Amino acid sequence: MFSYYVQLGLRSLRRNPVLTALMVMAIGFGVAASMITYSVFRAVSGNPIPEKSERLFIPQIDSWGPKYNLPGNEPPYALNYVDAVALMRTHQAKRQTMLYPIELSALPLGGQSIPFTVEGFTAQSDFFAMFDVPFQYGSAWAAADDEHRAAVVVISRKLNDKLFGGENSLGREITLSGHNYRVVGVSENWNLKPRFFAAWGGTSFGNPSDIYIPISRAMDLRVDTAGSNSCRGHIDYGDWDGWLQSNCVWVIPWVQLDSTAEAEQYQQFLEGYAADQQRAGRYGWAPNVRLRNVMQWLDYLHVVPQESSVSLLVALGFFAICLINTIGLLLAKFLRRSGEIGVRRALGASRREIYLQYLIEAGTVGFAGGLLGLLLTALGISGVGLLFQPQIARLAHLDITLVGLTLLVSIFATVVAALYPTWRAAQVQPAWQLKSN
Amino acid sequence: MMPQIKPILSALRRHKAGAVLIALQTALTLAIVCNALFIIQQRVAHLSAPSGIDEPNLLVIENTWADKLSKEDADAQLRADLAVLRQIPGVHDAVVSNAYPMRGSGWDQFITLTPDQTTAVGDPAVYLGDEHFIDTLGVKLIAGRNFRPDEVRPIANRESTMPPVTIVTKALADKLFPDGSALGKQIYAMSSTPTTIIGIVDLLQTQSLANWQMRSAYQSLIWPMRIVGNSYYILRAQPGQLAAVRQAAVKALYAQNRMRIINDDGVLDYTQVRQAAYDSDYGMAMLMGIICVVLLAITAAGIVGLTSFWVGQRRKQIGVRRALGATRHDILSYFMTENLLITVGGVIFGVALAIAMNLWLVTHFEMDRLSLIYLLVGVLLLLLLGQGAALAPAVRASRVSPIEATRSV
Repeated sequence: MFSYYVQLGLRSLRRNPVLTALMVMAIGFGVAASMITYSVFRAVSGNPIPEKSERLFIPQIDSWGPKYNLPGNEPPYALNYVDAVALMRTHQAKRQTMLYPIELSALPLGGQSIPFTVEGFTAQSDFFAMFDVPFQYGSAWAAADDEHRAAVVVISRKLNDKLFGGENSLGREITLSGHNYRVVGVSENWNLKPRFFAAWGGTSFGNPSDIYIPISRAMDLRVDTAGSNSCRGHIDYGDWDGWLQSNCVWVIPWVQLDSTAEAEQYQQFLEGYAADQQRAGRYGWAPNVRLRNVMQWLDYLHVVPQESSVSLLVALGFFAICLINTIGLLLAKFLRRSGEIGVRRALGASRREIYLQYLIEAGTVGFAGGLLGLLLTALGISGVGLLFQPQIARLAHLDITLVGLTLLVSIFATVVAALYPTWRAAQVQPAWQLKSN
Repeated sequence: MMPQIKPILSALRRHKAGAVLIALQTALTLAIVCNALFIIQQRVAHLSAPSGIDEPNLLVIENTWADKLSKEDADAQLRADLAVLRQIPGVHDAVVSNAYPMRGSGWDQFITLTPDQTTAVGDPAVYLGDEHFIDTLGVKLIAGRNFRPDEVRPIANRESTMPPVTIVTKALADKLFPDGSALGKQIYAMSSTPTTIIGIVDLLQTQSLANWQMRSAYQSLIWPMRIVGNSYYILRAQPGQLAAVRQAAVKALYAQNRMRIINDDGVLDYTQVRQAAYDSDYGMAMLMGIICVVLLAITAAGIVGLTSFWVGQRRKQIGVRRALGATRHDILSYFMTENLLITVGGVIFGVALAIAMNLWLVTHFEMDRLSLIYLLVGVLLLLLLGQGAALAPAVRASRVSPIEATRSV
């Protein structure tokens, strides 16, 4: 019966080509607009580290005071150097790292080549285990390397290919901005989207990192942050050392806390630390600390660009209009065949069979609309670079999930849209139709 | 026309569903089109905001030293670079700075009028440059004087020393001293050391164009400093010479010193800077434009479809009316009036919906309030769209021959 109804549906589609084309186009455009904007939204709003996002936290300490804090007396987005070092030194979390983004120059082997820029992070040894960084060769540097301020580096597979032709480069030396570092690990090409741990400063969707060096070594060499630096009050600190002691925030801390108990304990520790600072006279205000996990942090920073949310909403509204349009056209199409329905009902077809036939017919319309939508979605995603910023646009892609979703949404939405017209069709009184004919 | 409304209403009651669907579609379309047009207008307004600089002739080169240089060495290199750049044929002037207008992100600093004030009076963008800065960017000095060469000092990363003098934009001067007395006044830029305003320039756009910085749009200040370390060279070419300068400049810099990095995407003219700065505005305006056009087309098609269906359904009644003496014009105006009634209903609901949608966007996305003119334009657009879409089926209806009255189907 099903295939017979599908055949009937297809035949009916051919009978009213203009009406059918209108419906298929409405559904196609509607679903494509939604899917294109959804593909962008999905890329920017996803959970970058789903298996751990509830266990990774960013501690914030109020180092500015109520006079200078962010609106709502929110403490600064990052830590000043003094607080960051103090937090890490107590080692209250099982795993912890502080970090900041850097940009250095690298020189390929062979004298004739031109230096190029490499981007990355300073970090501590726990960084790699905390954020599940996959390795091609070697591993993270040891905690002892942090203490000994060792000149070691973890490089990306991409940089390893460029500098060493892809071979195992463990133990070899590379020169970054005029200083040598020993390679202890080669990471796989790894780039979380969004890069939650450096979301402050607007590089959430930046280039993948090529280098990681110990923060202790970077401080010895006075490697400046390539990220944000935010200060309040007077900043007459003079030079680099003055800057380190100042209230300027630029160091980003992360801790891993495996249970709610641990998280509560850490929260208490943070408040204790802030209270100590108040007692010591460093801060003249009551403790004001935050401990946000990954998704809370991304949400707080509004990492999803306004453009992608608004365009998704507008596209969904657009789709709703297309569906209302489809309801109207299906109504016209079905009721035009009242006579036919009357005959079928008179010949013994039950209401249920009318429902089945017309919903299946709607399903075929939805499927056709879905195919058109798929085509338009593919076209749209290839042209998405014209509509969104390059670093956002390149995240959008057509995968099997999106293909399935496009078809499924089209069919489902059309069948839902067909419910009312079908109900009307099933209400047709056979006697009335036969009489008027 | 008026006497026709009553029979139309009673006829509409017989096909409520179709009428409600068209009205609903009109309402939603109005809501989305109004808001989309408003978003387009706001984004396009961003695109056409002036920067105050000589954009057609400017080139920006991002320079990074490959070696770690001492402050003295870096400054010597820098001065050698500037000398080379200013010698290139076709170059009008050149300067080194920490940033350039519309860069996307940058340096801002709070300004107070006394050293102890905690609430900032201004939050301007900070540009570092020597006495060539104003001339290179093509900014107009409208009061006071330019820097003297002896006032310019080198500054390294993370060094903070307050320069004794500064040049500010008119927007910043007016913000700090609304009575117009800024010239010669002392201000404090997060320091206990004052800095004196010696000059005022007309327009100079900030570095960031983000919402927070746009609250201080065009509020910029210039400090007489050469930033050593990683920085931007800004070159102003003589008219028509930009392409030639672009080729020569990078070559000349590498010839001066090879241990530097100038990436391919680190050399930008202002068409490129603008494109990068306003990418999301441009894309958003385009996306909203496409959605508007397709949406109006689909709504029009839907109205054509349903009206055609009604005409087809009522051929016999039309025939009867024609046989009883109704003119073609009567039939035409019947369907046009019917459409007008439905559309007006939809439009009334749509206006409410448009305002609700805008309020929601205002609270969730910091958008501005919808101005009434967009509602008016949207209403007019949809009324015209409805009438335009109903016209073809209505004309077909008016051509129904009175003979149809006698047919059984």
